[in-house]
Amino acid sequence: MPDLLELTPAGLYCPRGDFYIDPWRRVGRAIITHAHADHARAGSDRYLCAAPGKLVLRTRIGSSAPIDTLPYGESLSINGVEVSLHPAGHVLGSAQVRVSHGGQTWVVTGDYKLEADPTCAAFEPVRCDVFVTESTFGLPVYRWPDPASVAAEINAWWRANRDAGRSSVIFAYALGKAQRVAALLDPSIGPIVAHGAVMKMVEHYRASGVRLPPIDRVPPRARRVGDGRAMVLAPPSAAGSRWLRVFGETSEAMASGWMMLRGVRRRRGFDRGFVVSDHADFPGLMQAIAATGARRVLATHGFADSLARLLRERGLDAAALATKFTGETVGDSGDDDDDESTSVDEGAA
Amino acid sequence: MKQFTDLYWRLDGTTSTNEKVAALRDYFAAAPHDDAAVALGVLSGGRHGRAVSLTLLRQWAADAAGLPAWLLEESYAHVGDLAETIALVLPPPAEEAGDSESSLAACMQSTVQALRQAADDDAKRAIVEAVWRRLAARERIVWHKLLTGGCRVGVSKTLVARALAEVAGLEPAVMAHRLMGRPIETAAQFATLLCPDETEADSQRPYPFFLASPLDADAPSLGDVAEWQAEWKWDGMRAQLVRRGDEAALWSRGEELMNEAFPEIVTAAAAFPAGTVLDGELLAVRDRRLLPFASLSRRASRRRVTKQVLAEIPCVFVAYDLLEAEGEDLRSEPLAHRRALLERMVPHPFDKAIDTGASVSGPPADGHDSGQRFFLSPCITADSWDTLAAARATSRQRGVEGLMLKRKASPYAVGRTRGDWWKWKIEPLEIDAVLLYAQAGHGRRAGLHTDYTLGVWQGDRLVPVAKAYSGLSDAEIVEVDRIVRATTLEKHGPVRVVQPTLVFQLSFEGVSRSTRHKSGVAVRFPRIARWRRDKEPQDAGHLADIERMIEMASSAGATA
Repeated sequence: MPDLLELTPAGLYCPRGDFYIDPWRRVGRAIITHAHADHARAGSDRYLCAAPGKLVLRTRIGSSAPIDTLPYGESLSINGVEVSLHPAGHVLGSAQVRVSHGGQTWVVTGDYKLEADPTCAAFEPVRCDVFVTESTFGLPVYRWPDPASVAAEINAWWRANRDAGRSSVIFAYALGKAQRVAALLDPSIGPIVAHGAVMKMVEHYRASGVRLPPIDRVPPRARRVGDGRAMVLAPPSAAGSRWLRVFGETSEAMASGWMMLRGVRRRRGFDRGFVVSDHADFPGLMQAIAATGARRVLATHGFADSLARLLRERGLDAAALATKFTGETVGDSGDDDDDESTSVDEGAA
Repeated sequence: MKQFTDLYWRLDGTTSTNEKVAALRDYFAAAPHDDAAVALGVLSGGRHGRAVSLTLLRQWAADAAGLPAWLLEESYAHVGDLAETIALVLPPPAEEAGDSESSLAACMQSTVQALRQAADDDAKRAIVEAVWRRLAARERIVWHKLLTGGCRVGVSKTLVARALAEVAGLEPAVMAHRLMGRPIETAAQFATLLCPDETEADSQRPYPFFLASPLDADAPSLGDVAEWQAEWKWDGMRAQLVRRGDEAALWSRGEELMNEAFPEIVTAAAAFPAGTVLDGELLAVRDRRLLPFASLSRRASRRRVTKQVLAEIPCVFVAYDLLEAEGEDLRSEPLAHRRALLERMVPHPFDKAIDTGASVSGPPADGHDSGQRFFLSPCITADSWDTLAAARATSRQRGVEGLMLKRKASPYAVGRTRGDWWKWKIEPLEIDAVLLYAQAGHGRRAGLHTDYTLGVWQGDRLVPVAKAYSGLSDAEIVEVDRIVRATTLEKHGPVRVVQPTLVFQLSFEGVSRSTRHKSGVAVRFPRIARWRRDKEPQDAGHLADIERMIEMASSAGATA
């Protein structure tokens, strides 16, 4: 029996159903796991995504192409292939794609995490024969701390900065990470303000019914903002820019899974690094893989080779799936991506 | 343990020198003296040997984490720090963190000392696993650093001295001097260290060093050659010898005391009258030949120098300035006057003590060592700039870096005051070379491929000629890293063999034949001058080009 999905120069393709999942070229029909730039490319004729992800996907790909949506868990037949979308817990509207035909079931995760996150639907394990999993943080050194303790750390830092009359700036990806961080903040400490890129996504989150603390847009041509008490949410590309001047003296932090490592924190040169990731950590990957019951696992993004080797040693049929974004800490995405999977060093580069 | 762990992470979390000093000051002001004594030993890089072998520690960690050994190694290659890697892969602590309340001194006693005294590996393993079970990752990292003896957190001895000086209300140089000598091991010794009264020993303070600037204009633009004193620019370590009272202190340019690393120099300094301060260069010399700079670095990095190392790498002090004589500060006197006094104080010219030519690297011929430790840096007499330029052209054969030009009328200034002291270095040798292998760096560059092996053509194949670690900007490093990952042909542990696509301009200070290198040549101090994006691998240099450089150097030496 031929594989239900195969890798083509345009991306992961289902010949039977004639559709692609997260293609990196223009195709006829694209099923999108989530709206980060390394998964959602503009230019295809027609898109399908999970219902809560439509607004953010629209922002990312522009206005023309039709976007079909599917509520989580409901299935659709595309040329006789059964397709359903299931929460991936990565960002608003992120989905795992389940594809089933002729007694063969594949699940493609896109990016996912298992941790609790009030800003998006929780990851849901889906049984399958073949599991195509991300492996961005697929080394055992990546084990995320408890979100409550990270929240306490961030709020303590904000409070100390406020007491010293400094603004606190957290660099976090505009889609997903910034809203997740916002949800960890204690708004009683001071005002929360955000960069326009973050604000646009905050509005989409609110429109989708996600509860976030009050956040103000930084007014254009403002001279002074926040009075040394504010928490500023900004995309990594704002680091070192003139835009930050309106906040006066600042203390700066990065929120990312890569902040787990001392060497990376030091290299990035921010005052603080908070470990907040929207990807699965190593124990999370192992748990998710086990829960699918899949006998065959294809790893992609990040430490795919290591993860596949470990799974083979543990008796699974596993391999690394060569995508356009291969190699540890991935290095290929040249555009203004805003997802951790771009690389350790690119966010603010 | 908690106080020290907090200190470690506070130091780790900042790149500001002032913040580091503040962190150290707060710690030392608050810590019990027995803890402070232990912390001081750890921070000053005191190596007491490893309490347990790293190989065993890796095995036990892989077992405890339920991981194969190769995955631990891959993780280490990614993280770049073994103490951190092990701390992170282990499962979270099973017990309530019990150690955070105990003192650093008690923890060292009950774990690190206990490990040293443990009967066998099983006993050691039991101790290690018990600690792992009760410490969280952030504490484990610090504990691993204590275990393996190296606790590098970007804190130099100078910073520690500054912080302790603030706690005690003393001059930093006084504290730096107090910190050398006997290691501080007990609470009582630590208390003495903070004693606010100056002692006789505190008087060995150096003067701030005067630093030369690179000469970027033509030498003749400096005016009349007769107004200038020319010397060889020795490729050693700048040092100041302070001989006051009954003692002598040898200071590095970074104002670190080097008495322990160069005991023979300090002993010989006793011959000078009290109240003498010399500025000069430390050099390694054996059998009348200059030894490579790497040998000198080996000496300088030792805290305790063995007899064997002393015999293998004998060192001398080549003096070029006299800053104090008979207890009088001479720095405002003109150089010509200081030089005249210096020549009386240190009469033996260094050029008479060595034979010029290629430096040696083999074993000692007969261990003969004249015992003479202090020499005079000779002046090069020249009646024209052309004569000096000709002398400069012989630098590479002499094993020097070029010339120093010092205005005869100049005082001994502070820091890098431009105008009176120039270094007129020789141009480096250069060749375009192709990236063949890349390896991930450590510390700040962990996870990025920053260590490059470069090759040149020999016939139709590329042979490696140099390893280079520096020369690219941070942005270029990230870009090269991305290309390395995309063009990897094979992986051998942490080393990647890449498809030859990148060409770099390689600079180096010298080149000699070598039987230890596959290419048959060894280049000295290689570094990347720039990335030649305009060149393809086939445009890179050939081994024959390098061999020609060797021939030119030796023929030039014969006619010099």
